[in-house]
Amino acid sequence: MSYFIRYSKDIFNKLKKGIEKGILYYQNYNQNVMSIAKIKKSEKALEAVVVRFAGDSGDGMQLTGSQFSDTSAMFGNDVATFPNYPSEIRAPQGSLYGVSGFQVHIGSVEISTPGDNVDLLVAMNPAGLKTNLHAVKPGYGIIVDTDSFTKKNLEKAHYESNPLEDGSLDEYQVIEVSMTSLTKEALKDVAGLDNKSITRTKNMFALGMVYWMYHRSREHTIDFFRTKFKSRPELIEANTKVLNAGYYYSETLELIPNAYTVAPAKMPSGTYRIIMGNTATAWGFLAAAEKSGLELFLGSYPITPASEILHELVKHKHFGVKALQAEDEIAGISSAIGASFAGDLAITTTSGPGLALKGEALGLAVMLELPLVVVDVQRGGPSTGLPTKTEQSDLLQAMFGRNGESPVIVIAASTPANCYDYAYAASKLALEHMTPVILLTDGYIANGSAPWKIQPVAEMPDITPRIIYGADSQWRSYDRDKDTLARDWAIPGTKGLEHRVGGLEKDQTTGEVSYDPENHQYMTDIRAEKIKRVQNEIPELQPRFAQKGDLLVVGWGGTFGTLYAAVKEMKQQGFEGIGLAHFNYINPLPKNTAEVLRNFKKIVVCELNSGQFASLLRMNFENIPFFQFNKVQGLPFGNVELTEKFKELLA
Amino acid sequence: METLENKYTYKDFASDQEVRWCPGCDDYVILRAMQNALPQVGIKKENVVFISGIGCSSRFPYYMDTYGMHGIHGRAPAIASGVKLANPELSVWVITGDGDAMAIGGNHFIHVLRRNLDMNIVLFNNEIYGLTKGQFSPTSLVGQRTKSSPYGNTQPPFLPGELAIGAQARFYARVGGNTPKEMTQVFIEAAKFKGTSLIEVLQNCVIFNDGAFAKYTDKKVRADKQLFVEHGKPMIFGKERNKGLVLNGLKLEVVTLGEEGIKESDLLIHNAKLEDPTLHQMLIRMEYPLVTGIIRRFPDVTFEERVDDLTRKVRADSKFTKTDDLFFSGETYEVE
Ligand SMILES: Cc1ncc(C[n+]2csc(CCOP(=O)(O)OP(=O)(O)O)c2C)c(N)n1
Ligand code: SF4
Ligand SMILES: [Mg+2]
Repeated sequence: MSYFIRYSKDIFNKLKKGIEKGILYYQNYNQNVMSIAKIKKSEKALEAVVVRFAGDSGDGMQLTGSQFSDTSAMFGNDVATFPNYPSEIRAPQGSLYGVSGFQVHIGSVEISTPGDNVDLLVAMNPAGLKTNLHAVKPGYGIIVDTDSFTKKNLEKAHYESNPLEDGSLDEYQVIEVSMTSLTKEALKDVAGLDNKSITRTKNMFALGMVYWMYHRSREHTIDFFRTKFKSRPELIEANTKVLNAGYYYSETLELIPNAYTVAPAKMPSGTYRIIMGNTATAWGFLAAAEKSGLELFLGSYPITPASEILHELVKHKHFGVKALQAEDEIAGISSAIGASFAGDLAITTTSGPGLALKGEALGLAVMLELPLVVVDVQRGGPSTGLPTKTEQSDLLQAMFGRNGESPVIVIAASTPANCYDYAYAASKLALEHMTPVILLTDGYIANGSAPWKIQPVAEMPDITPRIIYGADSQWRSYDRDKDTLARDWAIPGTKGLEHRVGGLEKDQTTGEVSYDPENHQYMTDIRAEKIKRVQNEIPELQPRFAQKGDLLVVGWGGTFGTLYAAVKEMKQQGFEGIGLAHFNYINPLPKNTAEVLRNFKKIVVCELNSGQFASLLRMNFENIPFFQFNKVQGLPFGNVELTEKFKELLA
Repeated sequence: METLENKYTYKDFASDQEVRWCPGCDDYVILRAMQNALPQVGIKKENVVFISGIGCSSRFPYYMDTYGMHGIHGRAPAIASGVKLANPELSVWVITGDGDAMAIGGNHFIHVLRRNLDMNIVLFNNEIYGLTKGQFSPTSLVGQRTKSSPYGNTQPPFLPGELAIGAQARFYARVGGNTPKEMTQVFIEAAKFKGTSLIEVLQNCVIFNDGAFAKYTDKKVRADKQLFVEHGKPMIFGKERNKGLVLNGLKLEVVTLGEEGIKESDLLIHNAKLEDPTLHQMLIRMEYPLVTGIIRRFPDVTFEERVDDLTRKVRADSKFTKTDDLFFSGETYEVE
């Protein structure tokens, strides 16, 4: 309490005039001038910077973070972001579990992950500091809003003493700012604002400060205010004022050296936008529908972290998208199977628990040999598990989680941006091979965002659905293509092709129900062979960094960024003979998999589960030994744990 | 456009598959009634789709020479919804049993009724699980002895009509499994109705629950025990056509014409189109007489119409016609 008053009053009186002019004169109020000076000495142009914004769920951290990343991307940086928010929608204010964070990694070099070590933490309250401090290494920067370090908030964050006073942050470069008071002061002449709207803008003060530190222009964010608050001019004014106040505050006080520059990254030329994994997934389906000339049908039931795909697709009725929020996951997939039978590009989206519910219907789709895409945005399991955390533990469920011999194509996206490519690829494979396809993504890439070089539909590969519009009387519903073994797609409404399909085994020639033992064997084999032959169409595995050598790092899906960064670092540290083979195609595996694996002395399969892909590889390649590196904590891999493991294996 | 009426006969709708129900099963009656009804509806057979779940009843699509899918247990309403949304031109029929619709598929059953897509559901209610050889179902009576209730069933039954109306069904009809003429007529009306129509057939399972409905459906008692309602007509029944229904306070009452001065004009006139389902509910609950025919037929906006309307509006306001418009909209930036 006393702490709060001492600071805010002090600043109030002394800064009044300065802020009005947009300039601050007050200096040396901050106890941490010493540490600021330390930052000054370390002036340098950085290759990459990781900034994390952390505060209460109501503090607008997601918005602040995405503004910073959007602005940086437009400046030409490569970026990667990752949000971290509580499962509770409105957790009690100031509580530890109510902390919402948003991490942004920007670079003048290629950025493949949201970053391991935070260079600058912006903590809007004690709980934000407490829960995020572990990500900041000693010596790095922290900006705190001192106004929020009240006795009450400290208690809520379970601090026994004030970390700003008890010396526990001595190792860090702490920048203490009375952000709330400064915000209030900056807004005292703006009419029509209640107290709540005033305190709500303080995140823009923080953003203003960070913009100045990294030489970012405020223009994009001010434009954003103009569209967002179109009908509330007072909010445009307020947010702009506070953003400027934060910017000038950094500038005028020179508390923070003006040397944190992150130059534009070298990226292939073209038009880019920042895209979230889930949005990219949704857009991949839009593109596939347009390219194939089909209408898109989505049957889905909301579940974290997959719901954004539903949210995105329901917006696009103008493209003829039919999205049904069904009564449950089973109805989601069942309606998609119906739509597929009737000739739509049909998809269903979910997360692990939902995939479990869809199992039986997925088996039906296998039997019917109809095109269908099932997206599983994986999260921590089993059961409800860790809904907002990432994991790769649905792999074997995707492969085998059905009754009977029930092969499907399984593919996995590996970056937020390539969710677009794999949603597209999943649709193409489903339509051309007449089979269900499971597309695995995960909470990490689904919620993460990164620059996407826009891929116009015209540049995407052709999709040729197997629709037939008529046939002679000899036609049978299970006639197959000689090469792919895919059957024809005869859609209701087509004269002369009336036929019945169903979950009972079908006769290989007539397509009618058959209980014949030989026929069942034949049909089982052919369904498997049909999936196997997809190998002929998928790209070969291209190992990175080395084609042969001592250690092959193997990963799949959403861990690409972390594995890539770690292997790259190993190279930079002088380790030769280490390669990375990252899988996007899991069933079937790329044709040259064995060849790639055999070129390395040791193989380590790294995954965020207890070894599911490793088991799958062992099933396929009995004579190849695999080491494993596994983590099931709801978190992505860290760079250090990976490189340590690799070094251990190379020793 | 070709005129289709009278062009087809029932044979055009019969597939070449051997029908495998037990001899004497009412399912045969339903199949023939459907094959008789469709030529009179005036739709091309390539536009007809039958979707079923699992059960004896759900074998039905195999026997119809139309498009068809024998789905999975309980999920036919959801599958059919996808078919209809993908192509609203199709005439979509769900074939389901009492277990299929109200046990495992209960969730889809209520939600499909609530949404009101333009399709038809034929519920084969035999008050038993036929295919799995005789366990009790959600419509089996308390005390009913079945394979899974050797000492008598302890679970009180659903009344399908009541459940349906609770789920906002706009069209509900009930017919005996041994009255093919009425059944055909109801199927035709259902096909013409815009919205989800539910037809409950009291279907005798000769093997596991024989005679379950005999007290209403047996030829000898039928006329006296069943009241077949028709919209706009007085509620008269009985072999002598001398019984009828009146509303007495909040109760339906059976009266005899000519007794105590009751005239035909005193009887209730059936209004199937009432939005308020109270009276329909009362008709559904009556045990004497058992009310059959189209009890409720309330015209309402269909789900497709709502979706269509919305789509048209969104389209008119949208600046996007191609996906590329979306991709290049908003915040993009150039890398040289
Ligand atoms: C998931 C699943 N659970 C159970 C079954 C077994 N099963 C098949 S039909 C049926 C009950 C069918 O009863 P009903 O719907 O009344 O149809 P009927 O055979 O009486 O026509 C059951 C339990 C199944 N096929 N699938
Ligand atoms: S078991 Fe019953 S319902 Fe099934 S076919 Fe035989 S008689 Fe009909
Ligand atoms: Mg039954």
